[in-house]
Amino acid sequence: MALSSFRDACPTVKNILLLDSEGKRVAVKYYSDDWPTNNSKLAFEKALFTKTMKTNARTEAEITMFDNYIIVYKFIQDLHFFVTGGDDENELILAAVLQGFFDSVALLLRNNVDKREALENLDLIFLCLDEIVERGMILETDANVIAGKVAVNSMDPAAPLSEQTISQALATAREHLTRTLFQ
Amino acid sequence: MAQPLVKKDDDRDDEAEYSPFMGIEKGAVLQEARVFNDPQLDPRRCSQVITKLLYLLNQGETFTKVEATEVFFAVTKLFQSKDVGLRRMLYLMIKELSPSADEVIIVTSSLMKDMNSKTDMYRANAIRVLCRITDGVLLTQIERYLKQAIVDKNPVVASAALVSGIHLLQTNPEVVKRWSNEVQEAVQSRAALVQFHALALLHQIRQNDRLAVSKLVTSLTRGTVRSPLAQCLLIRYTSQSASNSQGGDRPFYDFLEGCLRHKAEMVIFEAARAITELSGVTSRELTPAITVLQLFLSSSKPVLRFAAVRTLNKVAMTHPMAVTNCNIDMESLISDQNRSIATLAITTLLKTGNESSVDRLMKQITNFMSDIADEFKIVVVEAIRSLCLKFPLKYRSLMNFLSNILREEGGFEYKKAIVDSIVILIRDIPDAKENGLLHLCEFIEDCEFTYLSTQILHFLGIEGPKTSDPSKYIRYIYNRVHLENATVRAAAVSTLAKFGAMVDALKPRIFVLLRRCLFDSDDEVRDRATLYLNTLGGDGEVVETDKGVKEFLFGALDIPLVNLETSLRNYEASEDAFDINSVPKEVKSQPLAEKKAPGKKQPTGLGAPPAAPPTTVDAYERLLSSIPELASLGKPFKSSAPTELTEAETEYAVNVVKHIYDRHVVFQYNCTNTIPEQQLEEVSVVVDSSDAEEFGFVLSKPLRSLPYDSPGQTFVVFEKPEGVPAVGKFSNTLKFIVKEVDPNTGEADEDGVDDEYQLEELEVVSADYMQKVGISNFRNAWESLDADLERVDEYGLGPRESLAEAVNAVISLLGMQPCEGTEAVPSNSRSHTCLLSGVFIGNTRVLARLQFGLTGPKEVAMKLAVRSDDIAVSDAIHEIVASG
Repeated sequence: MALSSFRDACPTVKNILLLDSEGKRVAVKYYSDDWPTNNSKLAFEKALFTKTMKTNARTEAEITMFDNYIIVYKFIQDLHFFVTGGDDENELILAAVLQGFFDSVALLLRNNVDKREALENLDLIFLCLDEIVERGMILETDANVIAGKVAVNSMDPAAPLSEQTISQALATAREHLTRTLFQ
Repeated sequence: MAQPLVKKDDDRDDEAEYSPFMGIEKGAVLQEARVFNDPQLDPRRCSQVITKLLYLLNQGETFTKVEATEVFFAVTKLFQSKDVGLRRMLYLMIKELSPSADEVIIVTSSLMKDMNSKTDMYRANAIRVLCRITDGVLLTQIERYLKQAIVDKNPVVASAALVSGIHLLQTNPEVVKRWSNEVQEAVQSRAALVQFHALALLHQIRQNDRLAVSKLVTSLTRGTVRSPLAQCLLIRYTSQSASNSQGGDRPFYDFLEGCLRHKAEMVIFEAARAITELSGVTSRELTPAITVLQLFLSSSKPVLRFAAVRTLNKVAMTHPMAVTNCNIDMESLISDQNRSIATLAITTLLKTGNESSVDRLMKQITNFMSDIADEFKIVVVEAIRSLCLKFPLKYRSLMNFLSNILREEGGFEYKKAIVDSIVILIRDIPDAKENGLLHLCEFIEDCEFTYLSTQILHFLGIEGPKTSDPSKYIRYIYNRVHLENATVRAAAVSTLAKFGAMVDALKPRIFVLLRRCLFDSDDEVRDRATLYLNTLGGDGEVVETDKGVKEFLFGALDIPLVNLETSLRNYEASEDAFDINSVPKEVKSQPLAEKKAPGKKQPTGLGAPPAAPPTTVDAYERLLSSIPELASLGKPFKSSAPTELTEAETEYAVNVVKHIYDRHVVFQYNCTNTIPEQQLEEVSVVVDSSDAEEFGFVLSKPLRSLPYDSPGQTFVVFEKPEGVPAVGKFSNTLKFIVKEVDPNTGEADEDGVDDEYQLEELEVVSADYMQKVGISNFRNAWESLDADLERVDEYGLGPRESLAEAVNAVISLLGMQPCEGTEAVPSNSRSHTCLLSGVFIGNTRVLARLQFGLTGPKEVAMKLAVRSDDIAVSDAIHEIVASG
């Protein structure tokens, strides 16, 4: 059996969702044509939210199969993080993307992760999504690097990335915390 | 679930109310976007407005074309600002707006400037934006910069260019392919993600060149790959090349096995999964992969447990023995919080468990069933069904389990899965029959689904009378007549009648019950009761029910319902009763597409609109019986699908339909004149039958006139020896008189000219003597035919494109109906069995079982077993194959 035909040669993310505790959108990003209209997207989000809302995904990322997709998810306070992939995707790769998203949001919101804080810093969340996946292709999964790129905002524009000492300082300061999160 | 939200209740009102986007409205935000035009830009405020715009788009709001264009032009002004944060938002906004080609030009120069900026972040993002919105022309302008960016020392810039390249490859492959050297260099990068992106792009550039991919993989498996993601890619490419290379030798196995000791879990898992999916994997090769997956089963992370148990579940389908070592870990997963994991664990156990563990397993599952959703329960029920078929001796506990869950709450799909399972077990395990039937009886006592009740009643009618004590089911069935809706009552009446017909001892009691049904409030129920009472002889004396009556009442209907419906519609009340044998048994083929003349039709100039073309078998029959010369031939045995005798777009379009009779063959030529200026008269087809020795010309029926675009038919009749499937080739020439038509009046000239038109040959083949008649249960039909009348032989079919091609060739040669979906050949299979059924001329039922196998490369052999009511017909089928 040739498995080449069954599996995308490259790990692919179908969407990343950040919903609130009622299943409403905080920020979402779709990378696949599987949901062509806004209504089909909303229907997917609603079904997924209903299916997962009662599970306890607060200490470890949880996983489910739904509509022939693999979805990994994690909740904190009133925020629900989801990453969706095809049903043949390596679950651990999707989990790495989720962890990258989750931790970088935590870094950017200075660990005050809830809906109110997320909405107030929605620009950071959008930039964060933009740095994690580009049209389905994984760009970066390391939360420190992602947060570093997004947090450049307050930096001197002339300073190249490699010399951004303040962002590095920020990253190092959070490193201890992140290590424990990654375990 | 307790939520660790502190002080939730106190602040709840405030928090629920507050949102920075509360009351946001599109029109107002579009107004706000005017700040982009201010000479003194306020970066902070501009960023906020962009965030609001992005928020609206993200919530599913759409901008009209005008609005989008306006916003786009306003946004481009922001390139003047030096603020980094604002620039980032600007990039995002442009990507979201996906501007049109003429708009792109406006931002191109700004983006190209950013692409060459000293700031890495500008370079990386400008590349991504530009590549997203670019077209082919622009791409050639910036190609030089992109090539540089791929080897940029900053990893973010390099990744941006590489990922953009992956997407551009879809639209502009020839450009991206020129970057191979740079991409190759990037594969060696020390930055993990750059290596991953470069490897993905390089593989996509070369994916059609197997040798190049294989070289790439070989060189990398020896070198160092830093990124776990890149390592996963490498594993995928490796197993792809492994599956492409033929032969048992697996040069890459050592690499895959080595990856099982990688430090990243995603790599370990990718490798383990790749090993389990190797084609023809041996248990020795499997062992190390199973071992690491087993470790994952006891991980604290749900994702790891899920990944492992899902993979093991798949392995259990093909190599159940390899997974048995994990059984203890699996059993502890039955109580897993995550129900997906628990269900996968249970179904795996059901596949790998041995006979002795069944009882213990069932006990655990019983506790588990109550707290999972229906969709999971169905999966479990199906697994239990296959387990029961595997260990028939254990039917008692499995059947008990099924009947218990049948009594519990559940939706229709779930109940249907259980009922289907019980029915299958009753059919396949004789010992389970009585027990299973009683369970079903109890179920319909309290069943809310009409469909299931009627199905079960029907099934009881078939199986119940054959049991040792049929009388015990009567009570359950008769209760339905009292307590259910009309549909179920009618089904119950039929079932009672079946018991009456099959079991003479029960007759008097059944008649009493049926007579009570004569007063039912529903007419269908009353009608059925009356019919059964009359046909079964309920007038008093108890006689053994005649076989014909049984056949009439309960026999299977072997004609397609669609055909019966059309025949009944066409039937006109008259002296003659409707004859069910007149219903064609042929499975209806696609309605034939009558060739339409091109060009505009003139509705008035040509008189009456063209008659609707005959489309179905009955339509043919009506047409044939309307012509006196043909009506005398009787009823055609089969009418073929039309064969085109002319090329498309020619002056005259002709196709032919072959009507096969017992002693004759009629060719019906459907002709269409596609020239508006001509009218054809005395149209006939001259047929040369010198290549068809067994056929003798009888008559030709010409067509009086063939105006433009109005199809007409001409017929030619041949006779042939009775009942013999004679074959032969016929060459045809269309003969006619051409008359010019005045385009103004639409009237034809007085004088015409004789003309001829050469048509293509037609052929009468063996398949024309075979009706496609499908049957639902091949095995029963096969066994009902006398095994002594079976003819078996083997044939070499020579080199063939594929197994599927050989199967299709034989099916179309024989012209029989494939049964039970056996015409579909799974790809890559080395052998295939195909079941065919049909009715041969002379109304002889024929069944054929074809076994195909690959004997060498592309070499196909076939074993053909034929059974029919007549040994001569079985022989004839073999002759067809031997000469075909």
